[in-house]
Amino acid sequence: MTEPRKNLLMQNVIVVSAFLNGFVIMTIELLGGRVLSPYFGTSVYVWGSIITIFMLSLSLGYLWGGRLSSRTPDPRVYASFFGLSALLSLPVIFFSEWTMTQVFLAIEDPRYGSLIAATALYFLPICLMGMVSPYSIRLLVSSEEHSGRMAGLLYFVSTLGSALGTLLTSFYFVLWFEIDTIMWGAIGALLLCGASVMLVHRLSIGATTGELHDEN
Amino acid sequence: MKTEKTLYRSSGLWRQCAVFSLSIMASLLCGVLNAEVLHEEKSLYRNIFVTEEGGRRCLMFNAVRGERNQTCMNVRNPKEFVFHYARMTMAGLLVNPNPEHILIAGLGGGTLPTALHELYPNATIDILEIDQAVVNVAKNFFYFEENEQVKTHVVDARVFVKRAGLEGKKYDFIVLDAFTGEYIPEHLMTQEFLQEVKAILTPDGVVVANTFSSSRLYDHESETYRAVFGDFFNLKMSGSGNRVIIAQQKPLPNQGELKANAQPLYEPLRPFGVEILEFPARMGTRPDWDQTRRVLTDQFSPANLLGR
Repeated sequence: MTEPRKNLLMQNVIVVSAFLNGFVIMTIELLGGRVLSPYFGTSVYVWGSIITIFMLSLSLGYLWGGRLSSRTPDPRVYASFFGLSALLSLPVIFFSEWTMTQVFLAIEDPRYGSLIAATALYFLPICLMGMVSPYSIRLLVSSEEHSGRMAGLLYFVSTLGSALGTLLTSFYFVLWFEIDTIMWGAIGALLLCGASVMLVHRLSIGATTGELHDEN
Repeated sequence: MKTEKTLYRSSGLWRQCAVFSLSIMASLLCGVLNAEVLHEEKSLYRNIFVTEEGGRRCLMFNAVRGERNQTCMNVRNPKEFVFHYARMTMAGLLVNPNPEHILIAGLGGGTLPTALHELYPNATIDILEIDQAVVNVAKNFFYFEENEQVKTHVVDARVFVKRAGLEGKKYDFIVLDAFTGEYIPEHLMTQEFLQEVKAILTPDGVVVANTFSSSRLYDHESETYRAVFGDFFNLKMSGSGNRVIIAQQKPLPNQGELKANAQPLYEPLRPFGVEILEFPARMGTRPDWDQTRRVLTDQFSPANLLGR
């Protein structure tokens, strides 16, 4: 009786985490334009650089995340994606000025300057956030006939999260908070996701061993 | 029965609304169509229109939203400044009457650099314009010319100013006029940007910024300029939605000095339609804005949201 309920809890946590992951990706992408503008301007190619790097990071993240999930999917690995992406987002707060100054000094053309700066700041964290999606599907899918439905649900929540992340960040967050404050919020959300996955995983292990003990 | 009547009434209301909004749209469209469209160009950033009506040639961005003239030129007298804000920009000359190195962010139709070049043929003029299409239109329709002294750079102003600072370039007359009225480049309104501008300003140099006089942004912007430059002249004219900020590194000149500087400028500026003698009395430094507003920074600059 308890086993499916635990599974249900984990499934909900995964769905909510995928939603927040999608939300945070777009929040960070939108802020990227603001982060880069003091050094590279707001010309159309600056957005071109940011979108290119985000798309590239996500695509590789999908690929690697999918590969990692294929053998024995482990919620702890899944949780580590969130922890690592939170950690790798910290340089945007602490080292972005230094990084962009170096790029600005080395490269005169703001097209390539913004491309290099966007790569340096965003490639790794967004890659890890991309790995979340295929891994979530793998954790949710319990049977083959379910897989399309679960993939659909996951695309739905993560893209919905992205839409809301875009809207709230551009309409309200930039009006209420400083960029770094919003970044801290994003990092906090990622950590919360990772911690929740770990917690529910621990609980379900505890429950399973407890049940085994009872049966004995 | 009663519901039917209400329904009918409300549909009548709807029809009225529809007719009303259609007529507004039509009149907006006519406003554009009445004027002859000489040229239309889509650039990476906007739609550019050059229109001509009653001897007035105008550069417009995104004309569908109604009258949004960027620059206008009197075809019979191309020198004359048509708009208040363009004339008001010349008030910067009261603070530095002999500029030698001029920097202008935002080209528009190029009337300002053309005028400054005529007034100061030996001064170098660097113009920053993000949109190549605007440069082409200025050359083809507004008699804007580049030469040894006058150079345009197709670049984001922030990028150029930052690099100029690194290279140790200095300017003694800097005009910030990169605001289209529709979209405000937020990274050109921050404390950090103004500090970068200040860094390329000579000790006697002057910064002239054409900005907005309405909306909440006025308060934030004023506080930001004050945070960087201290007191500044705030020039406003009735009949213009713009205000011009005139700032300097050293203490500002007093009324007597402004008036003394205005005298010799009167004759040279008259062909441009600039009544320079009117300006000193309108140049005040007293804050008329909410001084508790937050300074705009690279971290916090929702200029477009505040400008609503």
